[in-house]
Formats: sequence, C-alpha cells, structure tokens
Amino acid sequence: MSAKKKVTVAVTGLNAIDSPGPGVSVIRALKESKFYNPRIIGLSYESLEPGIYMHDLVDKTYQIPYPSAGTESLMKRLDYINKEEKLNAIIPNFDAELYGFMKLEKKLRSKKIKMFLPAFDQFEARQKINLNSFGEKHKLNVPRSKSIGSVDDIEKLHYDFTYPIVVKGKYYDANIAYNAGQTKSYFNKISAKWGLPVIIQQFVNGSEFNVVGLGDGKGNTIAAVPMKKLFITDKGKAWAGITVKDNELLKMTDKFIKSTKWRGGFELELMKTGDGKFYILEINPRIPAWVYLAVGAGQNIPEALLKLALEDKVEPYKSYKVGKLFVRYSYDLIVDLKEFETISAFGEL
Amino acid sequence: MKLKDNVKINDSGFIFNSTTGESFSLNPIGIEIMNLIKNGKPYNEIKKIILEKYQTEESVFEKDFEDFTGILKTFSLIDNN
Repeated sequence: MSAKKKVTVAVTGLNAIDSPGPGVSVIRALKESKFYNPRIIGLSYESLEPGIYMHDLVDKTYQIPYPSAGTESLMKRLDYINKEEKLNAIIPNFDAELYGFMKLEKKLRSKKIKMFLPAFDQFEARQKINLNSFGEKHKLNVPRSKSIGSVDDIEKLHYDFTYPIVVKGKYYDANIAYNAGQTKSYFNKISAKWGLPVIIQQFVNGSEFNVVGLGDGKGNTIAAVPMKKLFITDKGKAWAGITVKDNELLKMTDKFIKSTKWRGGFELELMKTGDGKFYILEINPRIPAWVYLAVGAGQNIPEALLKLALEDKVEPYKSYKVGKLFVRYSYDLIVDLKEFETISAFGEL
Repeated sequence: MKLKDNVKINDSGFIFNSTTGESFSLNPIGIEIMNLIKNGKPYNEIKKIILEKYQTEESVFEKDFEDFTGILKTFSLIDNN
C-alpha cells in the first residue's frame, strides 16, 4: 500500500458546543482518511472554542478575525498563517464567513491554497430571501415565502399565507406563528437579533429530513447521505439521527446538484408531506455538523471535498449504510490555564 | 397484507422503517403475528394458528388483530390491502 499523501489543511468551525460548528466533525473525517495524512490547522474566532484544545485532532490553532473585519484583514492573517504552516487547503464551515473566503478564493489559489466552495451566484440564489425564485428556476418544491421589512406588512400576510407560518431570521432562527399577534412578536425578536428582512414562510406539515451532500461543480453528485433526526435540542439541533433510504429524497438531491451545478458541500433541510412530496426548507452552503454520520455510513464527504479542492482523483460514492445512527455527547475537556492564556494573548496555540 | 419492502424486523421484535428512520418494539405475541404476516400468511391462516395455540375467543382475536394491523398501517409498516 502506498503512503498517504501529506497535506496541511486549515479548518474553521471549532465551536463544538450545543449548537455545534462542523469543524471538529470535518477534522475527525479527515483524520480517518485512507488517502491523506493531514496536519490540521484550526482557525478559531474565540478562545473558548473546544476544538482549540483537542490536541489529538487539531495540531495547531490560529485565531482569525471575524467576518465583520473584512476580507483584507482576513487575508493578512491567512498570509501569516500560511508563512508558518504552508497550507495546502482551507475548509471554511460557517455560513457567515463563506462570503469572505469566496472573495479570497482566487487570491488564495495563486498562493497554492485551495478551497472548494460554491460560486457566488449559487451562494446568493439559495439564500432564504431568494428561495422562491430558486425553486421556480430549478423546478424544486419550496414552501411559499416572502421577505418583510416592517411590522405593518404582517396584517396583509393572510392574503398570501394560511396560518401557521414560519417566521425566520435572515441567517438563523425560526419560529412557528399561529396568528398575526405571534408573528409581530417573533418579527420584533428576530429583527432585533438578525436584522431585516425577516422571512415569512408557509408552514409545511410533515416529517423533516436532512441530506448532507457534495457536488463537483459540473452537475455530478459525489456524495449524498440522508438522515432523520431522532432527538432534537431546544435549539432545534440534531443530537441523534439515523441514515435512511428514500429514493425520492435522493432523486431530489441529484436534481438539486444537477440543476444548480452545485460546487462544494451542502445540507438540504426538507419536509416530506403526508402525500409523499418533498419541500426544500433551507439549503445550507456548507458541510453540517452531523457530517460524521455520513463517514460512519461509508461516505467520507470531507475527504472527497478535499480531493476536489486539491484536484486529486475522486470517485462518486454510490451507496451508504442505511440504519446507522449517531448519538452526540458532551465532554468536559480539562485545560491548563497556560493554554487558555496563550490562545487569548497570542492568538495561536 | 404484506410487510413493506423498506421495513425490517429482527428476531427480538425490533422493527426499523428505513424510509422514515422510525423504529418500534413488539411484544412476544406481536412478534409472532408479525412473522406470520412477513411470511405471507393470509388472515384466515393467522387466525387459525393463533386460536389453536392460545386460549382466546375468536371475537377477541379479531378485535385485537384489527387494532394491531391498524397501528401497523398508521405507521406505514404494512401495505393497506
């Protein structure tokens, strides 16, 4: 057997908390790669992201500036990290940081740092505020939705929607409202936290499913694993889930990838109604935190994504094990003050 | 009556629906009846086997069987016909 290829990969999303970032799962998957022998560089935003202290998974961590600081300061920091580590690839895992990394993709490529991200138009088209036109364009079922910018718009919602409706933040948060009064209350809460517009979506009754997948940017499905959440936290995050097999669900995923020529990892959030119809509720443009279930079921999606980024040969996955479960757990890491001090004061550990 | 293709049952009575991800547990008599359904036995044969083996009234069996298969249908574990 030939030796594994040595690569240095930077990964974000080390916040393995109750609403976890995908970074630690992505790293676990890369560490189990049969093709790569990766040195993992963690990229963190805060000093208490648990992944920073998981030294069996993360070889070195550097803090990076928040997306609000702009791409110039991110580039400056990445230049420093690259000088120290000679990065081969970066896998960004947060929605909010993706735009900045996408803007830097060309520049980073010229420095031999590869990524495999969605194109700008793909990223924009699947935004919650554009979901209606996205569904129409690609002939995919999506619930009717509308962006509103003022409380005054709520009284008119009954012309287009039937209660209950879902009131969603631009990036995060979703609440089910059963009348205009509740809608106003959620509108105020969400707009204060996430800004405007607030998205109103028709509530679709049914069973929720999620799919983690990977598109090669040419319309081909490289990987796709569907999951049903079995246990949900109060933040709506899966704490346990099981792989399922539903041909309609896989067909819809293939259609999504083929029609959009999706480039990179993604998560589809779908609802299956009583008559067996699937609706796409959300498209997350990155790998989800539960991706390690896909690895356990036979599809190492982070490894395949890295192969696409580094232009190594990648074979599409054709099957996965149905009935594999993940059960998440929390774990108390014991950390020396010195380590916390080092990452806080010097921005690296 | 037929067990759906996507539904698996093991000897301990654990049922897994691979399309919905749902799982269920059966009691011993449930396992017995489910295995008869799985093996393609028609209703009259299942009734005969159970009534021969257990001391119960025909009417009680019929009611309980209808309740049981009603639940199986509700959870899409058997075909409706």
